[in-house]
Amino acid sequence: MSDAIRNPAGPVELEARQLSVLYGETRALKYVSLSIPDRKVVAFIGPSGCGKSTLLRCFNRMNDLIPGVTIEGEALFQGRNLYGAGVDAVDVRRRIGMVFQKPNPFPKSIYDNVLFGPKINGYTGDFNELVERSLRQAALWDEVKDRLDSSALALSGGQQQRLCIARALAVEPEVLLMDEPASALDPIATQKIEDLIYELKQDYTVVIVTHNMQQAARVSDHTAFLYMGEVIEYGPTNELFTNPREERTEAYITGRFG
Amino acid sequence: MQPGKDDVLPPVNASGTPAPATPFVPSVPRGAPGALPTFAGLRTANGARRGTDDAAVSTGGTAGELAGASSVEAATATSERGDALPASKQPHPAAQRDPSRFAPRVRQRRFIAQVFAAVCLVATLIGVVVLAALLVDLFRDGAARLSFDMVTGFPSRFPDRAGIGPALAGSAWVLFLTAMLAFPLGVGTAIWLEEYAPKNRWKRLIEMNIANLAGVPSIVYGILGLTLFVRVMALGRSLMAAALTLALLILPVIIIASQEALKAVPRSIRLGAYALGATRWETIRHQILPMALPGVLTGTILALSRAIGEAAPVILVGALGFVAFIPSNPTDQYTVLPFQIFNWVSRPQTAFHEVAAAASLVLLVLLLSMSAVAIWLRNKYTRRT
Amino acid sequence: MTVPDTVAHTETRSWGELGLARRHANERRIRILLVAASAVSILTTIGIVAVLAFESFGFFADVSPWDFLTGTRWTPLFESKSFGVLPLLMGSLLVAGGAALVALPIGLASAIYLSEYAQDRVRRVLKPVLEVLAGIPTVVYGYFALLYVTPLLRTVWPNADIFNAASACIVMGIMIVPMVSSLSEDAMSAVPRVLREGAYALGATKFEVATRTVVPAALSGIIASFLLAISRAIGETMIVTIAAGATPQMTLNPLRSVQTMTAYIAQTSMGELPHGTVEYQTIFAVGLTLFMVTLGVNIISNIVLRRFREVYE
Repeated sequence: MSDAIRNPAGPVELEARQLSVLYGETRALKYVSLSIPDRKVVAFIGPSGCGKSTLLRCFNRMNDLIPGVTIEGEALFQGRNLYGAGVDAVDVRRRIGMVFQKPNPFPKSIYDNVLFGPKINGYTGDFNELVERSLRQAALWDEVKDRLDSSALALSGGQQQRLCIARALAVEPEVLLMDEPASALDPIATQKIEDLIYELKQDYTVVIVTHNMQQAARVSDHTAFLYMGEVIEYGPTNELFTNPREERTEAYITGRFG
Repeated sequence: MQPGKDDVLPPVNASGTPAPATPFVPSVPRGAPGALPTFAGLRTANGARRGTDDAAVSTGGTAGELAGASSVEAATATSERGDALPASKQPHPAAQRDPSRFAPRVRQRRFIAQVFAAVCLVATLIGVVVLAALLVDLFRDGAARLSFDMVTGFPSRFPDRAGIGPALAGSAWVLFLTAMLAFPLGVGTAIWLEEYAPKNRWKRLIEMNIANLAGVPSIVYGILGLTLFVRVMALGRSLMAAALTLALLILPVIIIASQEALKAVPRSIRLGAYALGATRWETIRHQILPMALPGVLTGTILALSRAIGEAAPVILVGALGFVAFIPSNPTDQYTVLPFQIFNWVSRPQTAFHEVAAAASLVLLVLLLSMSAVAIWLRNKYTRRT
Repeated sequence: MTVPDTVAHTETRSWGELGLARRHANERRIRILLVAASAVSILTTIGIVAVLAFESFGFFADVSPWDFLTGTRWTPLFESKSFGVLPLLMGSLLVAGGAALVALPIGLASAIYLSEYAQDRVRRVLKPVLEVLAGIPTVVYGYFALLYVTPLLRTVWPNADIFNAASACIVMGIMIVPMVSSLSEDAMSAVPRVLREGAYALGATKFEVATRTVVPAALSGIIASFLLAISRAIGETMIVTIAAGATPQMTLNPLRSVQTMTAYIAQTSMGELPHGTVEYQTIFAVGLTLFMVTLGVNIISNIVLRRFREVYE
């Protein structure tokens, strides 16, 4: 069983050590241990309710916002426990960004959306340059450069999601956590997001939760399969999908349950 | 089976935003606020307004009788005016059926239904009729006395020379001071309750307390103001005492309306802001409050318009019946328009009654304009997503 | 403290990292302000109770609570003083009861109409009208009661007093109709559409659906709205002060002049009463009674709403 979790080689950006999350009495995430390498894409897959989003949210302390939640174990960012004493959640969230399942742009202009994060975090550089850079990184610049002052809500679903990515990138994070970023989008928009992820991994560590296995296979370098709050198997993507070591992994990826 | 023409199902309204659960709130405007109170909690406990939920609830006695008899249902269909459909020509396989056991009396029941509809309509129109009578009466009695002099002049022993200048000034002062006091306190409390306070017993207690305060008679607030502001804080019969009293009176209203407005902001916006590394206050200040502001303002304006029309608390804290000057600072003595009207109505001379009617018209115009602004705000901002 | 720079590979030149301390300090300061604001609502309740209780305490040192609660003569300002509050209480209840008689049927029928019959266009006109009705200052209603309704009443019943309870009842009833209507309509709207559909599908007329399905389902809300309206009527001041009179008496005859608790407080406080005298303290004793009565009705209304609320799923 111990070789079911194969941590990748190379510098480690994020690490979970015996990480558990409890909602009241229920243990939603059970003693998860795995490490996420620097500047690669890791996918979390598994059936609904397996805890993949919960695990993702541990890494930017968004679980703190749920009342009645307890975290046990450690979640490390560049060697430092995110839940340790003296760690500021606000700073963590700037350095570890998140994109949500349903695009959630603020009801403001595109320009203001991108700049919200930098402004409150005290960015002292050139705003316009930052906006352009972020929108370019999100492959949205060409489509919106002439209407930065128009409302973000007027964009299509796929554009809104890329705007949310640009917004997250504008605070210059080191990690990007993506919670089913394309599940609310049509196939063409999905394709654009996936291409984007491929580009982004050159500069950022990306962790993506998806319940679309084919997407995980297309996009990620390493994949973790979770079930009922535990990591069943974790390893290089092509190995996990072509030669899974665990029976449950094989059952899931061949569609026998899910 | 189609219901008949006047049995049309009530239209499903898409109006109003679905409000998240709130505690029971009596006698207070809510949130896409109107001047009328609503049971905010009901709407959510039982699903959205006229939602399409599946509820398997028996509809009581009449249903039981008819439940098993499908052919009899055809016979008693109210799909046309007047007559029931002719009974089935073929005997139903379940031969126990005996349609003669039912006496649907469709014609009679339809008649009753129509009478009832008429009664309900009349009842609804009574309000309209009374309102019209009121306005006509006021107009008839008081329109003649409306003039520039009357509106700007001072009160007098002589009704022909009586004016509402100081009363209007007093009301304006009170409006301003009350707003300055009640708005920050009310919105601040709402923000605390919605965004910061842990959702425990204490929070519910505070909200229950606020709901109760909303139901306390306005004259009791006057008693509080008399003792606390006029005497203990030695503010005397000043504008400040009146403003403080009225601010306390409308505080619960503002709090509840603001809470509703804050609740209507989607959670996803909050999450998006936190995920970018914003502190709670930064999220509120830059994202949540701006989105909730129209609802907050509408509620505040409606609350203030109520404060302007109140006479009872003002009587207690010492408005004067005869003010021959325009108040110039919050420590001055004063009168307000409703109190002036009350003063004139209480006099025996018909002439003063006419002035009172004229003053009432001015007051109504003032209040209607405030309501119009509030309603315009509400309509303008509830349409956009 | 933040995650140490030594392991970070992003240059932090553009980020005001030290700003974090300032931002958190700001956050703390804001919290304190907000808590202070919230405290005002609690202090208000404490203030009301304290003020009423304190002065009433002084009052009940001179007048026995028993005499107060059971006496049938209220003459605190006359030579022979009597401090029985029942005439005032009865006055308030008479007016509130009469107003309820007017408002409840009209309000409920109007709610049924708006909820079950009216089309959108009609509702959009009628609801604002009701809101306007609700927004008219009670002073103006008082004017209407004294100078329009009372003369009208006296043409039918010439022996009615000039100040009488009936005019107040009628006008106050109209004033409360919007409240009953709005709250009842809310309660009825909360009844799911499918319930109505079920009844229609069984061949019920609209009258039957409204009265046998919707109203019973929404009953707790409707009763709660009735109670709230009554509470409002008991607490109302201006209409009764202007039109109902200043004669405290134990009567159920609406054509007579009465005095309600609220009218007493208003009328008395306009006179000159030295602070600290028993007469002055009557304001607080009556105020306390008024407060307790309305609080009681509000609490019962709350209980009715919660306890008997129909659960549809």
